[in-house]
Amino acid sequence: MDKKKKDFILAGVGGQGTILASDILMEVGLALGYDVKKSEVHGMSQRGGAVESHVRWGERVFSPLAEKGRVDYLVGFEMLEAARWPSYLLKGGTAVVNRYRIPPPAVNLGQARYPEEREIDSLLAGRAGRVWWVPATEMAQELGNAAVAGVVLLGALSTLLEGEEALWLDVIERTVPAKFVALNKQAFLAGRRAG
Amino acid sequence: MVKKLMSGNEAIAYGAYQAGVKVGAAYPGTPSTEVMENFATYPGVYAEWSPNEKVALDVGVGAAYAGRRAMVAMKHVGLNVAADSLFYASYTGVNAGLVIINADDPGLHSSQGEQDNRNYARFARIPMVEPADSEEARQYVGVALEISETFDTPVLLRTVTRLAHSKGAVEFDGELQPVAPPAPDPPAYRRDPAKQVMLPANARRRRPVVEERLQKLGEYAEQTTLNRIEPGDPELGIIAAGAAYQYAREVFPGASFLKLGLVYPLPRRLILDFARRVKQVVVVEELDPFLEEQIRLMGVTVRGKDIFPLYGEFSPHLLRQCAAAAGLVTPPPEEEDPRPPLVLPVRPPMLCPGCGHRGIFYVLKQLNVLVTGDIGCYTLGAAPPLGAMHTCGCMGAGIGVSHGIEKAGVQEPRVAVLGDSTFFHSGMPPLVNVLYNRGATTTIVLDNRVTAMTGHQDDPGTGRTLQGGETTEVDIAALARGMGYQRVDVVDPYELDQVTQVVREHLQSAEPSLIIARRPCVLSRREKHPAPVVDADICVNCGTCLELGCSPLTQEEEHVSINVLLCNGCGLCVQVCPTGAIAFNA
Ligand SMILES: Cc1ncc(C[n+]2csc(CCOP(=O)(O)OP(=O)(O)O)c2C)c(N)n1
Ligand code: SF4
Ligand code: SF4
Repeated sequence: MDKKKKDFILAGVGGQGTILASDILMEVGLALGYDVKKSEVHGMSQRGGAVESHVRWGERVFSPLAEKGRVDYLVGFEMLEAARWPSYLLKGGTAVVNRYRIPPPAVNLGQARYPEEREIDSLLAGRAGRVWWVPATEMAQELGNAAVAGVVLLGALSTLLEGEEALWLDVIERTVPAKFVALNKQAFLAGRRAG
Repeated sequence: MVKKLMSGNEAIAYGAYQAGVKVGAAYPGTPSTEVMENFATYPGVYAEWSPNEKVALDVGVGAAYAGRRAMVAMKHVGLNVAADSLFYASYTGVNAGLVIINADDPGLHSSQGEQDNRNYARFARIPMVEPADSEEARQYVGVALEISETFDTPVLLRTVTRLAHSKGAVEFDGELQPVAPPAPDPPAYRRDPAKQVMLPANARRRRPVVEERLQKLGEYAEQTTLNRIEPGDPELGIIAAGAAYQYAREVFPGASFLKLGLVYPLPRRLILDFARRVKQVVVVEELDPFLEEQIRLMGVTVRGKDIFPLYGEFSPHLLRQCAAAAGLVTPPPEEEDPRPPLVLPVRPPMLCPGCGHRGIFYVLKQLNVLVTGDIGCYTLGAAPPLGAMHTCGCMGAGIGVSHGIEKAGVQEPRVAVLGDSTFFHSGMPPLVNVLYNRGATTTIVLDNRVTAMTGHQDDPGTGRTLQGGETTEVDIAALARGMGYQRVDVVDPYELDQVTQVVREHLQSAEPSLIIARRPCVLSRREKHPAPVVDADICVNCGTCLELGCSPLTQEEEHVSINVLLCNGCGLCVQVCPTGAIAFNA
């Protein structure tokens, strides 16, 4: 099997479920036979602040932090948060972005402007070979719970990666609390079909 | 043997369990908190949240004296609090193994300061191990305990945020059976006052023992497999440990490496041998030139801090840039984006919608009081638009600072604020001090019934222990009255009029006083209350409610709106709206 390294950054807002999504992504990498590592920061950065996880798959992974300019996939859980990371992308890498805004405090107070979608799109396209917008929160709401938007995004991302559908579903079953397994599987499949 | 993905903290907990640790004590602190949270879930172990790090370390020392392997965990600044105990424990030694997990935070992800606690190892003459990934974290706990028992010393295990909170594969045997032999049951405490009573006469006799121990540890450092040479290109020899080793491995894939697992004391002969094998020695270490200076003293020509920064967190990108500037690697291609940069608004952390702390800071701001603060979620009260905290240095500082300001002669109305967990950690001595030295400070305890900042741990006020047992709820009001405080009031921070009135009364009185603002943390209780509604016809868009700094409140073109998904229905905006435009549906 091709064990070419793959680096991911998952960026979002505290409480959006980036940690669960990065756990699933890691387990999938391990199941596919990669060495895997991930890194994220807890603490002050929660409470509605910006959060990011680095996930790395490779033959042998040393650093848990991915290197700027070498990341293969940027997964944006929120538009503004995605916009902070294009410089980390490999030239020609892929951005998968939730079309969803959470205005930060300065925007709520009318002191700053939330960038337009086309501005963010062009910023990302400056490095990415492909910018893929997914209405993940909207799709998650249709399933009855906005909290599974991250797993919708993973479903979309999975179409660009190796691993059978069954393998991903199996990992979700092992990783997610029992009472949410069905919902998360639905969310994953919805995202996968969007691909 | 299967592989299981674990964070560094989870792996330490598992390693401690496997190594037969029976007693664990900690005070929460990012990034160390999950060590004890996870350890507490293993069968047959005792684990506690102590009220502060010093108490935790004393508990660990006691257990080790009594012949039980023990683990203590804290963040870097926690070791400042526990330092006194660290130093005596170095003299007395242990009986069974004692490992102290110390989590440094380069880059200050969640700390008030950056400090390199490797210095404590040298300062207290205690060995320190530093794992570089989760699997090493698991293994090193056991090794640390063996060193502890062989050399009769506490052992420090250092992590950094990128180890503690990074996940990697760990060898997991599935069987929840400690690999270390069970200790005799119950343990016998062997009385040994000459070794454990640090009167000057005894301590003087222990002093050379500490130095001899360090000599022996130096010999051990030469032999142990914790330190290893990884041969490579003889042109460049890298010496590194911990997370920095991993970054360096990415940036210098072909170089020769001396990977240190024991970072104090250092293996002198091994280092000299390594230096002879390579043309150039470079030390890659975050924070202080701790290894570099010692290696230079060995007579080795070494580079380090002339290439890499003295502060802040490393990353592969940063190392590559610095190494390129020093001519060690080829520089990465510069690809400047020619377009004008897009300005992105920042997204700082904020008090949650419905957080009880908000009401107190709103009132303090209205009253224009000088607020000396402390560390917890409530430190976010310092951020705009509330901006109602004026000092915050370390846990437990606020009350003493306020008292000092008073004694300097400042006349302004003042309050000191601190959380319930902070109160039990280090708030009681300065509260006594105000009383004893006839001060007039008003202290407000923001009693949200939990240690929220670090992820909602129990504390002596919550009535529950780390392992889930029910226990006495320490009563802060009764405690203050017992100390001698005459004026003690309890308020609900959701009731702004009541809070305003009580704070005014306390500020007007000349006596020292205490206000307990009691409202459970809404995030820890997962409470969700319905949102009020803004009547767009009445709202004049004055922005008064926005002064609360509550994220659901958004200024639109014509009026303010409330995001019902985020709002927690605390009703503060209903109370502050001057036109009565915000109301709960009847
Ligand atoms: C000496 C020390 N130990 C631990 C910490 C980590 N820490 C920061 S705030 C805090 C406790 C906060 O709890 P509390 O006072 O109840 O306030 P809350 O967050 O609940 O509002 C802890 C443990 C620290 N900063 N310093
Ligand atoms: S976690 Fe609790 S204490 Fe902290 S900001 Fe949120 S509601 Fe307030
Ligand atoms: S009721 Fe008002 S102040 Fe309270 S959480 Fe909702 S928007 Fe914020």
